[in-house]
Amino acid sequence: MVNANLAVEFDKVNKWFDDFHVLKDIDLKISTGEKIVICGPSGSGKSTLVRCVNSLERHDSGTIVVHGKEVNNKLSRISEISSEVGMVFQQFNLFPHLTVKENLILGPMKARGLSKKEAEERAMKLLERVKIPEQVSKYPHQLSGGQQQRVAIARSLCMEPKIMLFDEPTSALDPEMIAEVLDVIIDLAQEGITMVVVTHEMGFAKKAADRMIFMDEGRIVETGTPDNFFNNPQTERCKLFLEQILQH
Amino acid sequence: MKKKAFIIFVLFVVVGGCSSPPGTWGWYVIDPSTQNGWNNIRFLLSGFSATIKLSVLAALLSILIGLVVALPGMSLSRWVRLPSRIYVEFIRAIPLLPMLFWVFYGLPVILKSLGLNIPIDPFWGAAIALAISDSAFTAEIYRGGIQSIEKGQTEAARTVGLNYLQTMRYVILPQALRRILPPLANQFIYIVKMSAFASVIGMQELTRRANEVVVSEYRPLEVYSLLILEYLVLVLNISSGVRWVERKMGSDQRR
Repeated sequence: MVNANLAVEFDKVNKWFDDFHVLKDIDLKISTGEKIVICGPSGSGKSTLVRCVNSLERHDSGTIVVHGKEVNNKLSRISEISSEVGMVFQQFNLFPHLTVKENLILGPMKARGLSKKEAEERAMKLLERVKIPEQVSKYPHQLSGGQQQRVAIARSLCMEPKIMLFDEPTSALDPEMIAEVLDVIIDLAQEGITMVVVTHEMGFAKKAADRMIFMDEGRIVETGTPDNFFNNPQTERCKLFLEQILQH
Repeated sequence: MKKKAFIIFVLFVVVGGCSSPPGTWGWYVIDPSTQNGWNNIRFLLSGFSATIKLSVLAALLSILIGLVVALPGMSLSRWVRLPSRIYVEFIRAIPLLPMLFWVFYGLPVILKSLGLNIPIDPFWGAAIALAISDSAFTAEIYRGGIQSIEKGQTEAARTVGLNYLQTMRYVILPQALRRILPPLANQFIYIVKMSAFASVIGMQELTRRANEVVVSEYRPLEVYSLLILEYLVLVLNISSGVRWVERKMGSDQRR
């Protein structure tokens, strides 16, 4: 059964790292346009879950369907799906030997076959959107962490993805740079794009999320609207986690 | 500083030679002011082109073979990796001299038994032996350089839609090259020096020429001193060439 409104569907997904059972029977449906925030203690499998969507990690059993296409081991399918899914990493992962502009136009030109001019126009538009058009000809190492992450966001958007994955996008940033990155992500959330964000920024979650997911030890322990989730957590584990994380 | 030390070394040898009692030194064998000395020098220097040609050919072959060996060596599949590992371990264990003898005297026998009548002259024999011998090291240099690039780079390349070859071509190799070049240059210097072994299978390069002058003049000290200077000049020039290329490529831009 293919549901046109579903962006991502996990059905009984399991994954092991050798003996370590990272994902346990994950069932999850994400609608098109939905903004999901995933939180939980480290090692709970949040990153792995997100990385399974664009097959940066392979799941061992169960099925994952992205916009009607099942994620499998075929190279053609992997590239088909990853071209619809953008990703922003904790460590930015900009290409250090290329300028900001070159970072942005590489994918559109080589993978999408855009002309240099088209790609550059698109890149400039997105750099304006993440509010750093003036940095276009600098190298990544000349930028602050916050600026680098905004470039990374623009680089993903250049591929015009239907789904954006954020894997702890602010965890490697200095405190005063977190806001500028979150602002850009919140801005993005106003639009129709489907977003899955792994983060511990609970203020951001309250503002941007349609649905919260709490993970622990490889399971989805609790899910709900931000309102319910923060004010009325159902499980002890989740309560404890929220207490600790909201203390400061 | 290097230039100064070099000049002092030359002066030391020349002046030292002239001031010694006769019979101990005999710089006349390479004295450009005498007809015989000049002929000897010209004969010795004429080995340069053969040494350079041999080294460059061996280095190019080694760079090529090394890449062909290294790429499957990084595969996720054990069975694809295995032949590459075996090649590296096996070739690395063979000393150059036996390898040289094997290629020059042994390979033609194999070729003949296969019905191929391809003669192997000293030049090609030496080039093939040097290239094979060095390729195991080149392969390891490639592997080290490519694997030193963070996994996040490959992942980011994937998420902007690049395939394996595009990722290598536009993201990984440009970054790896800056790390690969210095050790690769080291290997080239190693090849230049090891090419001296080609003299034993009769290739007319620097060392072979020096040997021949020594045999006819009985002046090993003087001739081999010049031989050492010849290699020194060659290697110093390669080093400065490599530094120039490194400067041109710009500094390693890492975050």
